[in-house]
Amino acid sequence: MTDRIISCTDALAEALAEEMKRDETIFIIGEDLTAHDGIFGQFKGLHQGFPGRIIDAPISETAIVGAGLGAALTGMRPLLDLHFADFFTTAMDEIANQTAKIRYMFGGQVKIPMVIWAPDGGGLSAAAQHSQSLESWFVHTPGLKIVVPSEPADVKGLIKTAVREDDPVIFFQHKKLFAQTGPVPEEEYLIPLGKADIKREGRDITLITYSRMSYLSLEASEQLAGEGIEVEIIDLRTLKPLDFDLIVGSVKKTNNVLIVHEACLTGGFGGEIAAKIGEELFDYLDAPVTRIGAKDVPIPFSPVMENFVLPQVNDIVNGVKKVLNR
Amino acid sequence: MKTSKKENLALFKNMLLIRAFEEKAGELFEQNLIPGFIHLSIGEEASSVGTCSVLRADDYVASTHRGHGHMIAKGADPKLMFAELLGKSSGYCKGKGGSMHIADFSIGILGANGVVGGGFPIIVGAGLSIKLRKTDQVGVVFFGDGASNRGTFHEAANMAAIWKLPVIFVCENNLYASTTPSEYTLAGGSVSERAKAYGIPGFVTDGNDILEVRKTVAKMVKRAREGKGPSIVENKTYRYRGHFEGDPQKYRTRKEIEGFRKKSDPIERFKAFLKKEGHLSDKSYKTLKIEVGQEIEESLEYAQDAPLPRPEAAMEDLFVNP
Repeated sequence: MTDRIISCTDALAEALAEEMKRDETIFIIGEDLTAHDGIFGQFKGLHQGFPGRIIDAPISETAIVGAGLGAALTGMRPLLDLHFADFFTTAMDEIANQTAKIRYMFGGQVKIPMVIWAPDGGGLSAAAQHSQSLESWFVHTPGLKIVVPSEPADVKGLIKTAVREDDPVIFFQHKKLFAQTGPVPEEEYLIPLGKADIKREGRDITLITYSRMSYLSLEASEQLAGEGIEVEIIDLRTLKPLDFDLIVGSVKKTNNVLIVHEACLTGGFGGEIAAKIGEELFDYLDAPVTRIGAKDVPIPFSPVMENFVLPQVNDIVNGVKKVLNR
Repeated sequence: MKTSKKENLALFKNMLLIRAFEEKAGELFEQNLIPGFIHLSIGEEASSVGTCSVLRADDYVASTHRGHGHMIAKGADPKLMFAELLGKSSGYCKGKGGSMHIADFSIGILGANGVVGGGFPIIVGAGLSIKLRKTDQVGVVFFGDGASNRGTFHEAANMAAIWKLPVIFVCENNLYASTTPSEYTLAGGSVSERAKAYGIPGFVTDGNDILEVRKTVAKMVKRAREGKGPSIVENKTYRYRGHFEGDPQKYRTRKEIEGFRKKSDPIERFKAFLKKEGHLSDKSYKTLKIEVGQEIEESLEYAQDAPLPRPEAAMEDLFVNP
């Protein structure tokens, strides 16, 4: 396979162009999509390439998500751009009470092939209402699949799978990773949901993470390698379905676990992973499973405070050392 | 819009069927045979039958928590409805939905909805899908006066209007949002007048006059099929039962309910009309009543004989690809 180095946004646009060409029922609705190819340039070229299928909506997140649902129920395959993941709150009934439940409560009569694309995360001084990581809300609502990619190749392979799914998928993409570049295969490929990826192999500790924290964890691991600590990084890529098998294999090897996510610690997905490891792998652990997440406050504006609240490379380095008692 | 004797009698029979279904559901509930709670639409049959009578099988309907009438009017099978109400595995939703969540996608019923105002955005999506697929289908969303105060109504009306979607918003204004009078909750005093704000047509009908409902909705359906966009039809009607079965109804008097029943019952009014037109005799009325009664009894029997779901079936139907 030949690889090129491209960004996460370009990987997304490229994947969607391939899929829209393949399947005429795919269309995209959201706010401000055609003037600047989406507010992050994430849909570059699509509106020119697929006229009429990139639809600018009024500022009506409730109706955007509900309309996506109605279209998915009647033969289309919509992708909804939520503008910012923080705006989930304005469409919550359509997601949690309608989209997540309709197939189930109607006894499986219908499929819901729909993707909600939600740019999330902090680190950009966007403050409390434009910086959140809300994946736990949706993990806690049966009926939704949750994707949280980090690198461009994962973005491309996973979005292609997501739009082909017959179940509703929430596809988070971290805003601070949009410009992040990485190798992406030239040839067509798909990454299945529920397959985590080992981003770095190591013998001393299993570091379970996803989204932007995957990169910060890599940075921390390079530092730790200098001190003779070899970290194994598992990037979950999807939270639902969850690739627990990969975690099991790694923990049996390293006997130590650190979980890192950007979402605030209390009630975060790390607690779920920690509990599962505790229930199923207790005998393999040399130390308590430890979690790192944002502090339990809204994301503050001023960079000094924001950096204090969000996990940093140093926090991860210290977290690993704490687990290993080094 | 002229209706033939045959059409009129079919409409009338459908109204009788809905009323008989709901009266039977009320009885079953009273006997503790239906788990949970149910919302009956007795008194509102002209709106559901009048509206659905001008729809095709491939047109879409989004319904409400008070949806039994819409379902039957669109062609749903009372057998599978009773089975669902009783929580049986052969019910429309295999016992996973119950009264508030019945759907039949094979005849365009996108589902009853337990959330007031939940159907608006869904029907907008169906309308958008129709437009993108370039068919001449239409979508109808039923809603109550109470739902017109939800943000979903306004977002959906705006969106349907700017995209000229083939969607008809059919309000069943029964004067009460649960227990609260619409007189108190509805700014401006009218649902249909709200259409003006979105630059779309809005009509009020005597919602207990089936032919008036039918005529008005038919015009709006034709308009929608021709690509001229959405509209609002507000059928003024009245429900005889409480918001839910068992509702103590402290917000209104028995006298008020009896007044509506005597003065403007949709079935009695249509019956009188049919007799005057010579479409219905005492004898043919009696025959219709017997036929409807038999269908309800047979449907209920089917439902009562149907097996309960396996408890483990609760783990099925969440995802297409689990």
